[in-house]
This record gives sequence, C-alpha cells and structure tokens, in this order.
Amino acid sequence: MPKVPSPPIPQALKGLPPTPDEVTPGTGPSDHAKEAGITVVDWIDERTSLSGTGRWLLFRKVPKGTNWAYTLGSATLFAFLSQAVTGVFLAMYYRPDATGGAYESIRHITSEVFAGQLVQGMHLWGASVMVVLVFVHMGRTFLYGAYKYPRELTWVIGVVLLILTMVMALTGYLLPFDQRAYWATVVASNITGTGPIVGPYLADFLRGGPEFGVTTLSRFYAIHMLLIPGLMIALIGAHLYLVSKLGTSAPPWRQARKDTQFDTIEA
Amino acid sequence: MPSKHDRYKSKYTTDRRVPGAFEGETITRRRFMTGGANVAGAIAAASFTLPPLALALAPVFEAGTKRWEVAGPSGEFPDDNYIPVTITVTPGIGQVGKTTVYVRKHNPELDTDKYDRNRPYIAISSRCAHAGCPVRWVSAAERFACPCHGGVYDILGKRVGGPPPRPLDRFYTRVRNGQVEIGPRYSVNSELKPFSPRGPGEPLDGIGQYVYPAQFDEKK
Repeated sequence: MPKVPSPPIPQALKGLPPTPDEVTPGTGPSDHAKEAGITVVDWIDERTSLSGTGRWLLFRKVPKGTNWAYTLGSATLFAFLSQAVTGVFLAMYYRPDATGGAYESIRHITSEVFAGQLVQGMHLWGASVMVVLVFVHMGRTFLYGAYKYPRELTWVIGVVLLILTMVMALTGYLLPFDQRAYWATVVASNITGTGPIVGPYLADFLRGGPEFGVTTLSRFYAIHMLLIPGLMIALIGAHLYLVSKLGTSAPPWRQARKDTQFDTIEA
Repeated sequence: MPSKHDRYKSKYTTDRRVPGAFEGETITRRRFMTGGANVAGAIAAASFTLPPLALALAPVFEAGTKRWEVAGPSGEFPDDNYIPVTITVTPGIGQVGKTTVYVRKHNPELDTDKYDRNRPYIAISSRCAHAGCPVRWVSAAERFACPCHGGVYDILGKRVGGPPPRPLDRFYTRVRNGQVEIGPRYSVNSELKPFSPRGPGEPLDGIGQYVYPAQFDEKK
C-alpha cells in the first residue's frame, strides 16, 4: 500500500491541541451564547439522537462522476416546497365558491392584495416548473440506469409521485374558475369517463355527480390542498429515505477499476 | 421430524411446546389478546374512514333531479332551423349550471327515424359527443360544428365528420300551456335510439352501451 502524502497543515494547527485542564473557559457574553446553543442542541440530542440521523441523511458518500444532473431531485423537492408555501398563503385569500366567489377572490388576490400577483404567479408558474422538473429528473434516472437493482422501489414511488403531481396540476387548473379552467375541467372529466366500464363512475366521482355541479369546485379544492399534498409529503419522505439508505448510483460511463484488489477468502 | 399426525393438532398448543400454552388450548391467550387488539384497532380505524369515504362516493349513486325548463312559446320555433335556448341544468351555481340547447319544431320530412315520430319538438344538446366542448349551429351550412377538435354533425345531430363517436345528445320536450318545455337529457346511438344520458366520448353502438354502462340510478 503506497503511502498517501499528507496535506500541508497551517502553522496554527501544528503541534498538540491543549488538554482540557489547560483550556480556560471564556466568560464573555459571546462565550455564554455559544455555550447556551451547545447546551440546547445537546439537550435535544440526548433525548432524540437526531444528530446521528442528520449525519446519516446529509453526510453520505457519493460516487465519483456525480454531476449537476444529480441535483434535479433536489430541484423538484424545492419546487414542491415552493408550491406548498405559496399555496398555503393563497388559501388564506381563496374562496372555492362556484357562483362567482372563486373567480372574484382570484381577481382580488392578483389585483388588490399586496404581493398577491407575485405569490399567485409563483404558484401558477411553479406548477409548470415542477411538472417539467419531475420529467427531467425521471429522464436522468432512466438514462443513467439509476432505476436498476436495488433502487426499483425508489423508481416505483417516483412514478406514483409523478401521477400525484399530474393530479395536482389537473385539480389546480380549475381553481381560478375562468372560462379556460371550466372547459379544461369539463374536457378532462369527460376524458376520464371514456375509460371502459369504470370510466363513467370515475368521472361521476371526480365531478361529484353526472354534471359539473355545486360541489365540483370544492371537491377539486379539497383534493388539491388536503388529500394529495398529504400523500405526496409521505411518499417524498419514503423516496428520500430510500435515497439515503441506498445511496446514489454512479453514472453509467464510470467503470469499476479493474486493478482493485478485493479481499478473497483463501481456500 | 414432524409426524403426519401433527397437522391435525392446533399450531398454538402445548403439544407444539408453544410458551404460554396450557393443556387442551387451541389458541394461546397471548395470541387471542393480540388478535383482539388488532381487530379493535381495525374497527376503530374503519369507523372514521368508512363514513367519509361514503360521503365522497355518494354522488356516483345519486340520481340527478328531473327538471323541466321553459324554452319559449311553441309558435316561436321553426321546423327547418334551430333556435338556441339557454336552460339551467344544475341550479344553484349561477352561470356554470347553464347550457345551450338548440330547439326546433318536429319536421315530418326530416325526423323520419321511428324514435322521433312522436316528439313535438327536437332539442339538441350543445355538448359535443367527443370531449364535451360547446358546438355551434351554423344554419347556412345546416351543420353543428365543434371548435375543439373539428367534430361536425348534420341537422339531426348525426355525426358527419371528425372524432365524435355518437350523435349529439338530446333533451326530452313537451308542451305545457303553449310553452315548449325542456326536460332531462338523453343520449342516442347512430340510429337515434334513446339511451340514458352518457358522458361525451362514450360510443353507444355495438358493445359500446355495455362498455360504458349507465349510471346506477338510471334505467338503460
């Protein structure tokens, strides 16, 4: 085994560190503040052991060849978080009222509420960004072969997340309740109805009746902001757990080194 | 080595040397309590998940109310051209619950199909049978045209071009006190035979009526 040359060490770090009895604790306010922070973290860590989990989650080894394409998953996660945060605050102003209140509340948000147009725009354009990022992330995983053993379950959960993202895009599209939103939903629920045997019943379930009715908008709103986000948060947690557990895969053009010596059991 | 008689014995008894098992027991108390706790948990979970699920699924099984809307005086409608009439299909949601219906008087020369002979007025739905977009009656061409995907229908609502799988839906009509009234919607196959209302994109010819069944509360 050749000896690895040691890196250059700054002068200040050379020599032995002081032993605990040589260290005199500081008495200034900044020292107390530092001490308090450590005490709080220690208090929590002693009861939860979260620091080990944090290290396990964040300080993972990544393979050689990891590149910018590996950030697409994080990008999708941040798009989701952006949608979640902007969505929560839009919900404070939105009214799912089909007789005109919904359209009026969106008009109020975009033209009268301070920064309403910005937040509504972030949510509107962020939805498209998230759909695009999901597909690019999926394409990266496919082209790199990162779905293969042992990461098949990560892929399957990702596909469910893709479907849920599409359901979010569909149900969110109705909420502005303008002509485009209304007709897009009419056509989308009719397309659902063209599925054989169960299609008509699925369309009735989606609309809450045979026609676009009084509760269709509130139904879509509940699916959009309560049902699907909960499912997505749970599945994103499972997805990230598997990423941490299994690690990321090396890009396909990285070959295992031929000269690597593996320990072999002598017969 | 288990003997072949072992399979006649319970899996959880003292015969199998299961800890906590007593002579003559077929199931240990520990196992019974575990099962009981699981069942209790399942009953508790079902008691708060099933009622909301019923709430969400109820509209699939509910009948729409049959309503009759006045379209206009009976003398107002010609027998060779359609008059657009706006009626309320779903009350309580304002503009969204309205739809356009094209109405004309029964014309013995046009309406020769056996199912149409006794209808006093013909009322054609403006919902395209392809994806549900609103069709427009173009009287000069005597065609219904859909703006979305190019579906075209003739004066009877039968498809003459584009993707629609069946003719335009119709509404039941009647005359009360000199006023034409428009009732529930119904769907027709290519021979204009009436069926209970279906969604757009669902064919009714051949096996279509079985592949796309009627609503639970509707008669076929």
